[in-house]
Amino acid sequence: MTAESLKWFWYASPQTFFPLAGRIARVCAALAAILTLAGLYVGFFVAPTDAQQGEAYRIIFIHVPAAWMSMFIYVVMACWAALGLALNTRLSFMMTRALAPTGALFTFIALWTGSLWGRPTWGTYWVWGDTRLMTELILLFLYFGVMALQAAIDERRRSDRAGAVLAIVGVVNIPIIYYSVQWWNTLHQGASVSFTRAPSMAATMFTGMILMAAAFWMYSIAVALTRVRCEIVESE
Amino acid sequence: MSEFFAMGGYGVYVWGSYGVTFVLLAIEVVLLLKRKRETKT
Repeated sequence: MTAESLKWFWYASPQTFFPLAGRIARVCAALAAILTLAGLYVGFFVAPTDAQQGEAYRIIFIHVPAAWMSMFIYVVMACWAALGLALNTRLSFMMTRALAPTGALFTFIALWTGSLWGRPTWGTYWVWGDTRLMTELILLFLYFGVMALQAAIDERRRSDRAGAVLAIVGVVNIPIIYYSVQWWNTLHQGASVSFTRAPSMAATMFTGMILMAAAFWMYSIAVALTRVRCEIVESE
Repeated sequence: MSEFFAMGGYGVYVWGSYGVTFVLLAIEVVLLLKRKRETKT
């Protein structure tokens, strides 16, 4: 075994992870605040008015980053759940517990802001049966389901494992959300940003969106690590 | 100033989005800090 992998096992122990998590959380919280201010400044004062949607498009600066986080946090949470089931490490399940509420929050924000954006652009807050909207709503229920299972069973080990199994099964929903705009007819527009082509928007709009995405990332890391520290103390 | 808050007539949608988002994030932070105090971390 190499020294490098030994170091990772060292950090897999809650006791050694605890102070490290606190330091990372503080740095990320400060970065989240700075990036949010920068993102709001660019989003409201630098990015131009959209030719088609007017000022309504400015919802994009929270809608898209929140939707990204809702999916990404779920995948990270499911990875910790899988690690927990495979290696039976306590810290993995604690990370699953720490991530679920924040993931659910960003899912709700994505749905809420999407609804308020849909009204002026599509003429409706919500469309039952639209695949992008439905799969994102299912994501919210998956988060609630994982949290409910983690809380419902008195025996900690069993509730952790039950939550982890649902979290892993639910991962199948993530690519369906992501590709729903291509696979089905939906009111929702296609991705404005992808890995394979230049973003289909003004550079300053893109900058504002990336700044807010970075802010939400930092926020999520800070909150999840602070919550996992609480989990570690409470489990002792 | 009032023109800024009007958001070209979309104020209710734009501020409704930003307002609810930041209120919810603030609630999460407050609840978490309360839990942190109670667990004395």
